[in-house]
Amino acid sequence: MTGALLSVARRDLLLARRRRVEALLPLGFFIIAAGLFPIGVGPEPQTLRVIAPGVVWVCALLAAMLSVTQMFASDHQDGSLEQMLLAPQSLITVVLGKVVAHWLSSGVPLVLMAPVIGVLFDMRAGSIGTLVITLLLGTPILSLMGSVGAALTLGLRSGAALVFLLVLPLTIPALIFGTGAVGAVDSGLSAQAHLSLLGALLIATLLGAPLATAAALRISMD
Amino acid sequence: MAMNAPAPRTLRFHMFAAPSRFYALSGKLIPWFWVATALFTIAGLYIGFFVAPTDHQQGDSYRIIFIHVPAAWMSMLIYLVMAFWAAWGWMLNARMASMYARALAPTGAMFTFVALWTGALWGKPTWGTWWVWDARLTSEFILLLLYIGYIALTEAIDDVRRAANAGALLALVGAVNIPIIYFSVRWWNTLHQGATISATAAPKMVHTMLTSMLLMTFAFWAYSFAVVFTRARAIVLEQEAETDWVREMLRRPQGK
Repeated sequence: MTGALLSVARRDLLLARRRRVEALLPLGFFIIAAGLFPIGVGPEPQTLRVIAPGVVWVCALLAAMLSVTQMFASDHQDGSLEQMLLAPQSLITVVLGKVVAHWLSSGVPLVLMAPVIGVLFDMRAGSIGTLVITLLLGTPILSLMGSVGAALTLGLRSGAALVFLLVLPLTIPALIFGTGAVGAVDSGLSAQAHLSLLGALLIATLLGAPLATAAALRISMD
Repeated sequence: MAMNAPAPRTLRFHMFAAPSRFYALSGKLIPWFWVATALFTIAGLYIGFFVAPTDHQQGDSYRIIFIHVPAAWMSMLIYLVMAFWAAWGWMLNARMASMYARALAPTGAMFTFVALWTGALWGKPTWGTWWVWDARLTSEFILLLLYIGYIALTEAIDDVRRAANAGALLALVGAVNIPIIYFSVRWWNTLHQGATISATAAPKMVHTMLTSMLLMTFAFWAYSFAVVFTRARAIVLEQEAETDWVREMLRRPQGK
């Protein structure tokens, strides 16, 4: 099982590396979207510091949804997804491999870029550290939830826009705990409760979402 | 499934599983549901507006709860019923159940919207603001988003079976997530102590108020049955357009 998972993940990462610019587009979106806020809201450091965690998190949500439609799209087009459905390995393994690849290629860059955005928003060092931890726990949730939406909207004309509508309401708990942790640190409290809940959410999503994605792929490819 | 199902000899649970039988029976039932809707609405609104006493704190503006609270109840109930029928249709491959689910969604979304709208109308004179990001309001708003997502997904897929099953999966994922969303939103709301208003402090209710609210709930139930059956009939005709019984029915002059 691990072998199949790793080979699917490695294949997707290799494909992403071949189309480097395309793979980095969500990161570009993330930077631009977050960069627009100080221009729109005004440059007062006090205000920026307050809205920073929310802005970074919401932009991460949107960037993840932007890239998640690509998870199955090209495999669906060239027919290799059908072969994966027929393969003796369980579909859940394939889904997990693809989610891992998506997270490594689009989630991790967001996590790495978050401190830079944090500095632009005049966040304190402690808050930036917490923000990175929450994103590290939260971006896999986005990839997992996004995979359900991507599988449901496979091959639809309006699929890309639909994924936003379907998945974003379901990611609200992650957004709440992620930004809450940074808010707690900002007000001198411990972020542990938020981080524990975010971790619990990650575990629950990790157990449930691949099943839902596999079922959704079978429905879509029926 | 039989194209032209004969009348069943005994009453069975799966009686309405055949679209043709559902179509015939619901056609007879719908007028009665409308009658019930009208009677319950008249009785409920009469008691609500003329019999129930004026609230000594909120004045007469509180009377919108006779529409607001039943609408909010219905909005949550219909989502669960919709998820149930959608799942039933998906697991057992029962087309009629999937059609019920699709027919329920717009009515549920409508009740969610009514609950939000009447809540805003009530909030303005009582709280002095149209909207607060209270836990209940936020959850209800997210529920509306879930309904819209379900409707958008099922409408975007052309293939009937795929639309039904994909919608079922989405409704189930939503139903599993609703408690998580609700509790996280509540926690978020208690942490951000910006709003000092509490929507949870329910004062004791006079009997007549409760009676009116219950009557309005029955009215909304009857309305839901009438509208959902009407919509389900349209869906049946659309999806069964190729079958013999639909063609035969359309050939008849009355179209009945």
